[in-house]
Amino acid sequence: MDRRFFLRGSALIGCSAAAHPFLSSVTLAGADGGHPLGDQRLIVIILRGAMDGLDVVQPVGDPMFARYRPGLSVQPGAADLDGFFALNARLGALMPLWQAGELAFAHAVSTPYRDKRSHFDGQDLLEAGTGMDVPLGAVRDGWLNRLLQVVPGLQAETAYAVGSEAMPLLAGSAPMRSWTPDTALEMSLQNRLLLEAIYHDDPLFQGASSEAMDLAAGQTDGMAAAPAKGNDPARLAEIDALVDFAASRLREDTRIAAFSQNGWDTHRGQVAGIGRSLTRLERTILRLKEQLGPVWRTTTVLAMTEFGRTARENGTNGTDHGTGGVMLMAGGAVRGGKVYGRWPGLAEADLYDQRDLMPTGDVRAYAAWAMAGAYGLDQSVLETAVFPGLDLGDNPKFML
Amino acid sequence: MPANLATMAFRFGNGLPSPEGAATDVASMLALLAGPDQITARHKGAGFASVLPMLAKVEETRLAQRQDPSQKPRYIAMLETSDAAAIAGAQVTVARALDNPDGFRERLIRFWADHFSVSARNRREYLLPGTLIEDAIRPHLTGGFADMLQAVTLHPAMLVFLDQVQSVGPASTLGKRRDRGLNENLAREVMELHTLGVEAAYGQQDVRQLAELLTGLALDWSKGFVFDPRRAEPGAETVLGVSYGTDGLEPITQVLSDLAMRPETAGHIARKLVVHFVSDSPDPALVANVRAAYLNTGGDLMAVYSALLEHPAAWVDDAQKARQPYDFIVSSLRALGVTGDALLGAGKRPFRRFVISPLEAMGQSLRGPGGPDGWPEDVADWINPAGLAARINWAMDVPARLIPDLPDPTALAARALGPLASDRLLWAVTRAESVREGVGLVLASAEFNRR
Repeated sequence: MDRRFFLRGSALIGCSAAAHPFLSSVTLAGADGGHPLGDQRLIVIILRGAMDGLDVVQPVGDPMFARYRPGLSVQPGAADLDGFFALNARLGALMPLWQAGELAFAHAVSTPYRDKRSHFDGQDLLEAGTGMDVPLGAVRDGWLNRLLQVVPGLQAETAYAVGSEAMPLLAGSAPMRSWTPDTALEMSLQNRLLLEAIYHDDPLFQGASSEAMDLAAGQTDGMAAAPAKGNDPARLAEIDALVDFAASRLREDTRIAAFSQNGWDTHRGQVAGIGRSLTRLERTILRLKEQLGPVWRTTTVLAMTEFGRTARENGTNGTDHGTGGVMLMAGGAVRGGKVYGRWPGLAEADLYDQRDLMPTGDVRAYAAWAMAGAYGLDQSVLETAVFPGLDLGDNPKFML
Repeated sequence: MPANLATMAFRFGNGLPSPEGAATDVASMLALLAGPDQITARHKGAGFASVLPMLAKVEETRLAQRQDPSQKPRYIAMLETSDAAAIAGAQVTVARALDNPDGFRERLIRFWADHFSVSARNRREYLLPGTLIEDAIRPHLTGGFADMLQAVTLHPAMLVFLDQVQSVGPASTLGKRRDRGLNENLAREVMELHTLGVEAAYGQQDVRQLAELLTGLALDWSKGFVFDPRRAEPGAETVLGVSYGTDGLEPITQVLSDLAMRPETAGHIARKLVVHFVSDSPDPALVANVRAAYLNTGGDLMAVYSALLEHPAAWVDDAQKARQPYDFIVSSLRALGVTGDALLGAGKRPFRRFVISPLEAMGQSLRGPGGPDGWPEDVADWINPAGLAARINWAMDVPARLIPDLPDPTALAARALGPLASDRLLWAVTRAESVREGVGLVLASAEFNRR
């Protein structure tokens, strides 16, 4: 158990019950002796950096796709999903889940965020779950915490934020817990490139930085630790630590878990960059299924990102910040084997701003329908308390 | 914010944002420094007298378990008590640096603590370095250098670290009876490091004579510092051509005072100050200005600091120096809004994990530099692959573990760097994939780590 130690204000966000690690599991029981949230588990993964949905679930049936992406679209090994979309080869190990109906996607989705294409603002909006009618930063709690707020009788153990990244998604007045593993941090490719950029004009820092970044990626808490294993470039051991902890809680009284994965900001060298991140995502889902055991049957995993990327590849074998993207749904509670959403087409007139995949669905609506399906939450509660101002629209019926 | 305010905060203080009540120009910096040392009332430290009973108990149980191994648990328990007190002392030191509006005072204390370096060589000594600062450096920070030199040289922490407690005049009562002799360590470092400097014209004979003169300085585990006439070498000693005749403490304080007034000492101190605060290859005119102030006033430290701050060469904003690791962590905590009270209230475990251990990884253990010559000044000694890796790692990892809501990285860059933030850095922080990494970029940047 890790806590945030030096508090600036009086409010200790998200850790109010951390001082009571021995809360009895009996106190978690609902009125009928069961958990107030029943058996269903919800795991939300925030993919930070803007995942390129068009590269993950590739619209190979759209003739414009190959023309926009001469360098990226020719990568071999993509697995056919439904005759129109194909799954990036680096998620290939998820195909058995697809065939078993435990994996689905929603394409051409986004938050209401538009135009500025800033990672931080985009992530703020994604996690606050608000629309553009509310000023950015005005809402201090996350939509997953607001879900906890509307269910009476929950204890802190119900929800965990896992990992070293702050999770505004779960921050708020409802008690929850957080846990940070003592494993080394991953040095993402993007972070490395940015460090190289900021040291560029200082010969002393520039000279020390290359070796320093290799060393930093192998350290824990500023202490020298075992160096990263050479055959584990995607740092899967770190994933395993996070997933194993989350699964150990979810097999008990925890119903909700949230964590982050970085490494999606693929402005250049996208084939390698997104490949490594997809390997990590693939491992996360396979490991969750394995570690959750029988609980996988009542689990929904949602993986979402702040926005998509440009339809066209850029001049450095990558893509730039865009709008519409892809959301991933997995788990035994999901009606899988289908790509949900309305495909807008890739013709230039169909793009947003003549550059990005046009969003035709709201990620918040999918999250809301997942909560409605898992916990039986009322549509009006979802549209007012959890996602104020959201119109849920028609039920896409991706929950069993 | 004018660029020179940022230079003031980086070069002569603990960084931005400037605390409430901080100086805004050289005159107010000097006025704050000339005033009372107020932060010691808010965050209280421990001098030697207050930790002496604990140290005595450590020594007592150490000797007891050597006679009787079954006493070992008592000794270990005492060591743990003393460890905890040492960590509490280090927390107070950092808390003062976080909260003191007079940042220049805290930086000067670091400078003098380094000039008069003492390190803990073993676990029994963890408490000692902090007591030297509390008793001998803080109270004399703005007085005469001779007074500080005297207080330091007679302090138990120095007497232990430089072996003076072992030194016995060969012809003294104790020396003749027990066949014990002289140890030159303290005498040599007083001349080489603390006053004249290694290039001054003194010889081995001067070292030997000073070592004989210093005999009698001793430590009593029930009283602290004592002058023990049974160890003192009888007769007169001649140091740098001056004969110090009478017995007792008086000739010792006299030789220290004379060493403090030497022109070589003025030049040595002037150069060290300028190298530490301004540049590894200092402007000779700036050094000359500080040296002249020292000589004109007989080592009045306020005059010396004024001469440093009032010279334009002290304000050239070329940021040639690197923040040392301790300053990096203090400045980072300040930039993140961590207060002294929050740090003290968080307890010892996070302090160990997020301050003490990272400092060791960055190459600057809180136990001291090891040798009496202090920490290196050259930027290349700090900004190397291992040192920079530890800073990057701290910047990327620790802030999110310390505070519940990380600041927006662009806002942090404005707060912690002001006009010093480069366009390249401001460009980069908005492209970080997460707030955590954006915050890390600001704190790992060259402009944050230089001063």
